[in-house]
Amino acid sequence: MSLKLDDVHRIAHLARIEIDDQQAAATLAQLNDIFAMIETMQRVDTTGIEPMGHPLGGGQRLRADAVTEQIDRTVNLRNAPAQDAGLFLVPKVIE
Amino acid sequence: MSSDDALAHASVAELGRLLARREVSAVELAQLFLERAAAHRRLNTFLDVRPELTLAQARAADARRAAGEDGPLLGVPIAHKDIFVTRDWVTTASSRMLEGYMSPFDATVVDNLARAGMVCLGKLNCDEFAMGSSNENSAYGNVLNPWDTKAVPGGSSGGSSAAVAARLAPVATATDTGGSIREPAAFTGITGTKPTYGRPSRWGMIAFASSLDTAGLMTRSAEDCALVFNSMLGFDPKDSTSIERPAEDFARHLAAPMRGIKIGVPREFFGAGLAPDVEQAVRDALRDYERLGAQLVDISLPNAELGIPVYYVIAPAEASSNLARFDGVRYGHRAATFDDLAGMISRSRAEGLGAEPKRRILIGTYVLSHGYYDAYFIKAGQVRRIIADEFQRAFTQCDVIASPVTTSVAFGFGEKAADPLSMYLADLYTVPGSLAGIPTMSIPCGFGGHGRPVGLQLMANHFEEARMLGVAHQYQCATDWHQRVPAGY
Repeated sequence: MSLKLDDVHRIAHLARIEIDDQQAAATLAQLNDIFAMIETMQRVDTTGIEPMGHPLGGGQRLRADAVTEQIDRTVNLRNAPAQDAGLFLVPKVIE
Repeated sequence: MSSDDALAHASVAELGRLLARREVSAVELAQLFLERAAAHRRLNTFLDVRPELTLAQARAADARRAAGEDGPLLGVPIAHKDIFVTRDWVTTASSRMLEGYMSPFDATVVDNLARAGMVCLGKLNCDEFAMGSSNENSAYGNVLNPWDTKAVPGGSSGGSSAAVAARLAPVATATDTGGSIREPAAFTGITGTKPTYGRPSRWGMIAFASSLDTAGLMTRSAEDCALVFNSMLGFDPKDSTSIERPAEDFARHLAAPMRGIKIGVPREFFGAGLAPDVEQAVRDALRDYERLGAQLVDISLPNAELGIPVYYVIAPAEASSNLARFDGVRYGHRAATFDDLAGMISRSRAEGLGAEPKRRILIGTYVLSHGYYDAYFIKAGQVRRIIADEFQRAFTQCDVIASPVTTSVAFGFGEKAADPLSMYLADLYTVPGSLAGIPTMSIPCGFGGHGRPVGLQLMANHFEEARMLGVAHQYQCATDWHQRVPAGY
């Protein structure tokens, strides 16, 4: 399997990373090298083996659906690139 | 040696005793290490230092002691990898994306150690978002290896390893996802330990690959690590994968003799590709263990070499999901110009993220995308289980496993940076233990080419940290590799 330039643009779009043609071409060569290495795992027969998601096999622990912390709005807005009246600002999305 | 030099080279255990006897104060120690960090700024280990805050913490530690409080870490300085968020120091994960970011809270690990009275010296450089094996991926410049400034300090915890090796801090936190504690510890001749996955809290540790990310320590000895683990590790309800277990003393097996201990030696870890100087030092260390009374057992981990392909599916997949939060909306870098919301996000990420995080996000996005999920992500999870099961079989034959940490001593700047795949292969011996979630560490065991340090990797079964630290400590009682200091420090 080998990726093509269109694949790189498609993945970059899915990942929401702006990329130009020159960067995509350089990335393509690196990704193909990496995927050639990744392909080596295909030689193992994994029929019937449960994929491992957590190293200790535990399920996700659940907690009671209760308020556990209070959010300080001022502190949480401190790092916002743009804010107004206690809200995060983004470009207009509805005409 | 001046008394300041003696203090800079004292162990955590010794500093604790000196503080308890009032022979030194926390303020004096903080001043000493702040001065050392300033004097060796050229190594580029620290990203944020705030002496007034450090000294305030030190005064508070001295006040706690004056009020009758005791504890082996009360007043002992520590520095934190910039992956742990801190309320009072800037946290960047070495990324432009988080330049100037001030966290609303402290990571649990940072908080646990502060409650034990440890004094924070500042934040340490690392590879961007902990992705890398040489620290060359930091947005804030290379960290130099104090043993040889032409050599990388390892990564991703390169600031942590160089700082402890140069005695700029008696101990530093670090994180390990595929080898990011052990490889830099090996490259800088110090003791680097990753506990069992789920023992340390991940709360406030900026996420890279959530099923692998594990906080640990860079120390000068296994004994120091055990002491600090006692306060650092433990159940955290705020981390959904944190493990609930009763508290334990990680120093309880330090004095246990080697007689009767079986050390598994996996033959696959000594194959082609292992540099002769590293192999020699590791084989010598194994002979030392035999002399101490341990028994070497030949074992096999036949699929461990597939750790690299498995890891480079799972870790990027999890990273692509975790790093989706960096969208320039609530925090982090936002592009100056854009056409609409989607363009704002894409350009902010393009500008704020470095080449390696972008590459891993792209790999991860691809292996999780429609049509490829089963062939890559599910397959990698299955092979991961096979590798983990092989470790379980091996641990029926031995108490701990010993191997090299890296295929070579520290490489030079630029040697692998242009070829990401060659950098990935540097993790060959460290990734399998990460996939299995077992505790594992690197201890110094000699020197190779150019006088660069060599590390011995120890691995133990889940929750067997105390046993592993004991095996490391016995070696450190019989050898002095861990006491060697680079010239000029």
